[in-house]
Amino acid sequence: MSATLTSLHNAIAEHVHDGMTVALEGFTHLIPFAAGHEIIRQRRRDLTLVRMTPDLIYDQMIGMGCAKGLTFSWGGNPGVGSLHRVRDAIENAWPHALAIDEHSHAGMAVRYSAGASGLPFGVLRGYTETDLPAANPAHISQVTCPFTGEVLTALPALTPDVTLLHAQAADREGNVLLRGIVGASREAAMAADTLVITVERVVDSLDAPMNAFVIPGWQVAAIAEVPGGAYPSYALGHYARDNAFYLAWDDIARSRDSFLAWMEHHVLGTADHAGFLRSVGAAE
Amino acid sequence: MTIAAARRLTNGAVCFVGIGLPSAACNLARLTHAPDLVLIYESGTVGTRPNVLPLSIGDGELAETAHSVIPLPEIFTHYLQRGRVDVGFLGAAQVDRFGKLNSTVIGAYARPTVRLPGSGGAPEIASQAREVFVVMKQTTRTFVSSLDFTTSAGRPSAIITDLGVFRPNGEAREMVLAELYDGVTPAQVQAACGWPLRTVATIATVSPPANEELRVLRDLHQRTKAAHATRVRITLPTSGVR
Repeated sequence: MSATLTSLHNAIAEHVHDGMTVALEGFTHLIPFAAGHEIIRQRRRDLTLVRMTPDLIYDQMIGMGCAKGLTFSWGGNPGVGSLHRVRDAIENAWPHALAIDEHSHAGMAVRYSAGASGLPFGVLRGYTETDLPAANPAHISQVTCPFTGEVLTALPALTPDVTLLHAQAADREGNVLLRGIVGASREAAMAADTLVITVERVVDSLDAPMNAFVIPGWQVAAIAEVPGGAYPSYALGHYARDNAFYLAWDDIARSRDSFLAWMEHHVLGTADHAGFLRSVGAAE
Repeated sequence: MTIAAARRLTNGAVCFVGIGLPSAACNLARLTHAPDLVLIYESGTVGTRPNVLPLSIGDGELAETAHSVIPLPEIFTHYLQRGRVDVGFLGAAQVDRFGKLNSTVIGAYARPTVRLPGSGGAPEIASQAREVFVVMKQTTRTFVSSLDFTTSAGRPSAIITDLGVFRPNGEAREMVLAELYDGVTPAQVQAACGWPLRTVATIATVSPPANEELRVLRDLHQRTKAAHATRVRITLPTSGVR
């Protein structure tokens, strides 16, 4: 069975439902902004959002009330400062309370890897002398190595209901090629029950080098062609990260009113990602 | 502060680089006295040589100038946990007298006054890099007697601030004032420190920035500022949906 080529609207309508655990991965690079915006447009609620770095996309989804939970390891606007909407949710329960499941990057990587491997938990030599285990006892424990006796940190596997990624290209059988910084995308993809991917282009042939990061089409439930789908994150070979936008977001998201006005105008007020890109002046 | 941090990096060392000031210090060192410094960013870029400083930890510039780009989990397992990293740089919102760091919350964890970004790579960098440098501006709000949350054990072999340099002393590894910038007094450092300051017997003076160091750092910041101000334009296909 190969992946269904469809519209992003249909992919989200069919595969992402209220109450699910959903991971939108991509580490700074290839963040699936278009998919996140479509989830906002379709007014999904009570999602448990999983991402190593929530970034602007989860700031937007949490601020718009899509989430009841957040599993993460670093929640800032990189190089800029706070994610004001994530902060408002945690500090003031606005727009409503957010349950957090907090880890380190190494821990999140281990959790995805365990999920992708079909194991119940993963181990690392981590969280040493920190307050994290006490703050998150439901998701951080210890295990003793049966061979050496070393006490290691044990973390439960992450197995999202749906993982959403953005990539440079898919071929017509739905095989997907990712190039550049991939973060924990591979592990998040293989840990998920359902995988939905947006791509810059659908091409006749991927021309992927041997050993390239190619996700086979039979692993992918749905693929949607969405040019610019990672903007304001980036897609190596297509467009750069809009660092100026990341800097500008700090002011937009600082107050609830300016945030809501911006989201109403640019996301809810546009039908699709091309409309969004034109609305924010990133495309003609 | 950036220059004082850069000077601590020896040529050929493998550095795990955080964004912001550590990234500036590591690249300054690479462009001056340590051309063979190996820079690893947690996004998965190994041996990267950026021409401008990245705003985020995963800017395209880092991937395009790297020896290799690998999955992020391998950065933490194959490189850091396996013991292949010489130096890690950390910053934080709070540091205590023993070099422990907080970048998680101000106030109570469950209902914080200020929710900070959190751990990122810090807990494992602190425990697994051979040596850790902490770089942060010093005030009584950042140098505190007691942390609101311990994000990482820290274990710095130096804390480099805008006033001077602290080094660990004795078995408890208490951080004591060891170096001062020209014109800064121990009294000024105490005024910006939330615990009773101790110093080494003879406090050294950090030699002032050389012209070359200043020139390279200014050039780097100028290139970076210009690059980050550029808005991105995307060309949408005109033919509609295929």
